[in-house]
Amino acid sequence: MKPIFEYTKGMTEMSTHYCPGCTHGIAHRIIMEVLDEMGELGNTIGVAPIGCSVMAHQYMNVDMCEAAHGRAPAVASGIRRVHPDKTVFTYQGDGDLASIGTAEIVHAAVRGEKFTAFFINNGIYGMTGGQMAPTTLIGQRSTTSQDGRSKELNGMPIKMSEMLASIDGAVYVERVALDSPAHVRQAKKAVRKAFEIQKKGLGFTLIEFLSTCPTNWGMTPVKALEWVRNNVMAYYPIGVIKEPKEAEEA
Amino acid sequence: MRSFKLVFHPERCKGCELCRNACPKDVIGMAKEVNLKGYHPACAVNESACIGCASCATMCPDGAIEIYLKEEGDQ
Repeated sequence: MKPIFEYTKGMTEMSTHYCPGCTHGIAHRIIMEVLDEMGELGNTIGVAPIGCSVMAHQYMNVDMCEAAHGRAPAVASGIRRVHPDKTVFTYQGDGDLASIGTAEIVHAAVRGEKFTAFFINNGIYGMTGGQMAPTTLIGQRSTTSQDGRSKELNGMPIKMSEMLASIDGAVYVERVALDSPAHVRQAKKAVRKAFEIQKKGLGFTLIEFLSTCPTNWGMTPVKALEWVRNNVMAYYPIGVIKEPKEAEEA
Repeated sequence: MRSFKLVFHPERCKGCELCRNACPKDVIGMAKEVNLKGYHPACAVNESACIGCASCATMCPDGAIEIYLKEEGDQ
């Protein structure tokens, strides 16, 4: 029999601890599929965050290390500088990257550190039980915004990708969604492009994944994907936010 | 007519139904029995209708689905 789809060698055989329908599993898999296809599995170092994906190093079949909360970009900067021939990435949620680790990610981009950051934006703090995140949408309920987030009290949700794209050191920034097979395939292409730009040493690259948290959103996994499509993508439009001219020419 | 073999790993499955939702041909259903985790795992209810688009496996967060193209001589 000819394989059409096989589970990638880039993922370990271990079953993940994520809730049913959590799109972390899809994001993990497409990143590892790309590294597998590029033949980079033995040449990659990843940095795991704090948050639901704190155990990512158990599931991704590459060398990984764990960083303090929000500090994955600082750790990845060091690794990439010491090992310029390796592919280096961070995998961070919105609590990690957009909240406690804002300074680290901004200054990694300012310095143009040549690693790739994967930003999983599900608009809520998943691991700690569904508190409001900087990326929670206006009107969205969480345990700390029980009547829905209000603009007056909490401000507007932060658009990290647009903000980071305004920094010169960031060369490739794209927002993708994981709500449908078509968008997952598009996301995989974005991941590949980010790693290729990193290999060329052009600068900092970031991919934002619009993700779900069915448990803390209080929805079924299928309804959560619909909610991403109808609500999250309306505020966070998907697509390339910044790309290098060199990549266009090549 | 090309036909496909769907291989499910029921012990990896968490019964989230994203595969069933993604399938354009209603090939996938949920099993009546539960797995060791206590979920109703995905299974093929109409494998002959499968067109091999791999949408189910693309959306599966847990790597519970693999798809093969049947060649001559395969069961």
